Amino acid sequence: MIPKAGQTTMAVLSYLEAIRETLRQEMQRDSRIIIYGEDVGVRGGVFRVTEGLQKEFGEDRVIDSPLAEAAIVGTAIGAAVNGLRPVPEIQFADFIFPAINQIVQEAARIRYRSNGTFHVPLVIRAPFGGGVHGALYHSQSVEAFFAHVPGLKVVIPATPYDAKGLLASAIQDEDPVLYFEHKAAYRSLKGEVPDERYLIPIGQADVKRQGKDISIITYGLMVSYALKAAEELEKEGISAEVLDLRSMRPLDVEAILETAKKTGKVLIVHEDNLTGGIGGEVSALISEHALFYLDAPIMRLAGPDVPAMPYSAPLEHAFMVTPEKIRDKARELAKF
Amino acid sequence: MAKSKALYGLDLDADRLRTMYYYMVLSRELDKRIWILNRQGKSAFVISGQGQEGVQVASALALNPATDWLAPYYRDMAMVMAFGMTPREVMLGQLGRALDPSSGGRQMPSHFGHHEKHILTGSSPVATQVVHAVGLAWSMKLKHEAGVVLTSLGEGSTNQGEFHEALNFAAVHRVPVIVLVENNGYAISVPQHREMAIQDVAIRAQGYGIPGVVVRGSDPLEVYQVIYEARRRAIAGDGPTLVEAKTHRYTAHSSDDDDRSYRSREQLEEEKRDDAVVRFREWLEQEKLWDREAEDTLKKRVKQEVDDATDYAEAAELPDAGTVYDHVYGSSPA
Amino acid sequence: MSDNGLTPEIMLDMYYHMVLARAVDDRMWILNRQGRAPVVYTSNGHEAAQVGSAFALNRGEDWICPYYRDLALVLAYGMTPREIMLHLLGRAEDPNSGGRQMPAHWGHAKLHILTGGSVVATQDVHAAGLALASKVLKDGRVSVAYFGEGSTSQGEFHEALNFAAVHKLPVIFFNENNGYAISVPSRKQMAVQDVAARAAGYGMPGVIVDGNDPVKVYEVVKEAADRARRGEGPTLIEAKTYRFVPHSSDDDDRAYRSREEVAEAKKRDPIAMFEARLKEAGILTDEKVKEIQKEIKDIVNDATDYAEKAALPDPATLGDHVYGSL
Repeated sequence: MIPKAGQTTMAVLSYLEAIRETLRQEMQRDSRIIIYGEDVGVRGGVFRVTEGLQKEFGEDRVIDSPLAEAAIVGTAIGAAVNGLRPVPEIQFADFIFPAINQIVQEAARIRYRSNGTFHVPLVIRAPFGGGVHGALYHSQSVEAFFAHVPGLKVVIPATPYDAKGLLASAIQDEDPVLYFEHKAAYRSLKGEVPDERYLIPIGQADVKRQGKDISIITYGLMVSYALKAAEELEKEGISAEVLDLRSMRPLDVEAILETAKKTGKVLIVHEDNLTGGIGGEVSALISEHALFYLDAPIMRLAGPDVPAMPYSAPLEHAFMVTPEKIRDKARELAKF
Repeated sequence: MAKSKALYGLDLDADRLRTMYYYMVLSRELDKRIWILNRQGKSAFVISGQGQEGVQVASALALNPATDWLAPYYRDMAMVMAFGMTPREVMLGQLGRALDPSSGGRQMPSHFGHHEKHILTGSSPVATQVVHAVGLAWSMKLKHEAGVVLTSLGEGSTNQGEFHEALNFAAVHRVPVIVLVENNGYAISVPQHREMAIQDVAIRAQGYGIPGVVVRGSDPLEVYQVIYEARRRAIAGDGPTLVEAKTHRYTAHSSDDDDRSYRSREQLEEEKRDDAVVRFREWLEQEKLWDREAEDTLKKRVKQEVDDATDYAEAAELPDAGTVYDHVYGSSPA
Repeated sequence: MSDNGLTPEIMLDMYYHMVLARAVDDRMWILNRQGRAPVVYTSNGHEAAQVGSAFALNRGEDWICPYYRDLALVLAYGMTPREIMLHLLGRAEDPNSGGRQMPAHWGHAKLHILTGGSVVATQDVHAAGLALASKVLKDGRVSVAYFGEGSTSQGEFHEALNFAAVHKLPVIFFNENNGYAISVPSRKQMAVQDVAARAAGYGMPGVIVDGNDPVKVYEVVKEAADRARRGEGPTLIEAKTYRFVPHSSDDDDRAYRSREEVAEAKKRDPIAMFEARLKEAGILTDEKVKEIQKEIKDIVNDATDYAEKAALPDPATLGDHVYGSL
């Protein structure tokens, strides 16, 4: 089902382009898909993810909405019930909070509270993450808030290839999916993306690098950082496996346990705050199901427990997880 | 421009009028300098108030900084300076320096806040400050303090639920607050007619049972009169006023935006003909309160202040990485 | 009567649904007092507004997004008394939620009644969204959000009306203004006399109607629906009415309003007034009233018995319907 290199025509796309091309391809395929949000139309989004789409699909399908996030998500719920496939954009993940009631108490619960008679197939896209001088309101990682909520699915692609397959799956999904895009990855990450449509199942992690000494479990931009760290570690004789979770909910428990059992040493990395982050859940799963395979305590490297990422460079750097910090922490684990 | 006789009783003498002009010019020049710093790679981000100086300066000067408060938004550089923030302080924030009084380098530039100077800290999600302003003003009323809070926002932000909740609350409790909408016609790229199906934001006041006033933003004297009257009403216990100033944004939304994709250059040129800074200077000259010499002197003074602020902030220290954990909590009693 | 297309048969049917709703409502309170139903939310007093509006719509095709007060509305829209009682008693067969939600949290996919939560005004945005889809799909449907006046203080009310107005969506915002948000009188809720005044701030018509007159309500909703279908956009309707009983079975309204005020309001009981009017017009007789009451009593008894005997949900279904598939 998933085309491999050489089997199909490919293009080298940035992470952002992969998302845009997928939106375009999906909208061509399915006339029920509409996009809306703040500045997504004429402007093509503040990051240009939706650039050109209004021109191609018209103002009825790519809509500039008023500045009101609860309305963006709430109307998407109504539109989904009435037969559309809305893909609303929240301009920055940090601005999702005015809509949290609509997401957590409405979208996530509608199937359950109606005993399965209603459901809301919608995909909320939002750029998240820091390292771009976005400060406290343009840098946040918000995935843990939503991964806590049954009824939601939460995915974060780490490569242009995954961006396409996960977005297509999210749009096809019959339940609400939050699709978070790392804004520092938009233009910095490039890779081969097949032209044809393919799906990456939600809930399936991916080993991005095989290794035998330690496992680095991570997602999003941190995957490419972990891969950089792994190359450095290789020079020191440490073989690191990198598991990309891809989906924060549902988690791929099998893949998590498999890599933990394989190396016996696990480092979990995320940019989101340490306490209450995805890492805690992953760690608990390993402790519950693979304790006797471990050769070292499970370690976590994450954003510090401060409310959000500061602006000024030294403070931002102090917050941000970097390839160097991952390398150092991984070395500490390998030597345990 | 309003007739000078309309100024009687408004505490506006010639000095005050010149001060008004000074802050408008200072803000315009400081704003321009910030764009240069951005293009030089010295400042990561700019969000601009050029075009809105007339509204902002007149509003701030109609208040009393000793008793009143501001809850501004990110375009309000001219407003916060006319209310007491110095160019050095603005520049420290712009360059994310440790001494930045707004946030110690934690927030993006133009997220103004200054406790001593009665400027409430704000965030990036729009319209949150309106609810805060109402709460702050309500507390003044409950404590029988004779002050008002002026909060400002763009017209796009009036579509947020919090705007509605704030105005409704303020109206019910007759809160001494002035809600100033600086309507520049665009929510980033979205023109007003795609944001709302009405011409004037001020009409929304009807739904709350409060006065809604439309004012021309390029006429600082008219703005001053309206805010002055709104303040008088608020202090008298008559409750909030919604003021909509029709104004302009002469730059892109921010240094990360390019407004050519959604606004024609012809339209922008047209808007620039209604520049408050120019119109007000012309009026001052007409009233014989200003001349070429005064202008030259002012320009020199402003340039010197802008240079000083730039040099000072550039030389100022960045925050120590070790302070990243500071101010998450205060201290808990043992 | 005016030339509104309402035949005597239709008006009798309206009357029937108003009486039915009152009877079901009364029975729910009895079941609550007997300890057989944990909580009751009532439509007692709102029947004219709800039934009149339902009859003006293309029932089962147009979407309605009700709130917890709308028992009479959903009955008039096609939900059966049995289904209402299954919901009240949290039975497995409850079509609203399979026993998952509190009573009066209506939702019926087949009837185009959208499921709702407890947080007020959330449905306003949903109605705008349903209408957005109708506009795109050109399916000719109108959506109606129903809500109390207290919920118009919520941000989502504002966001929904603004959104609908900008995009000229085929939606009606139908406010049932009974003067109280639980215990808070509307003068403490808003500094305006009429919710309808808020329409001006969005650029849409705001219409006030006597919510105790089902015919007048029918007429304004019909006009708003026609307008919406013509592509002329949304309408805000404010139906002035009164709630004759406490907010819910857990409330005691004596704490916040006088008995005299309630007694005064009851002089304009929508059912009594409509009954008198139909009799005057020769459409209804004392005999027919008795006949209807007898029929309704049987229906309510049947619904009660049916629901009480119906199976409760199996605890094993706790995890059902979290997702469609994983």
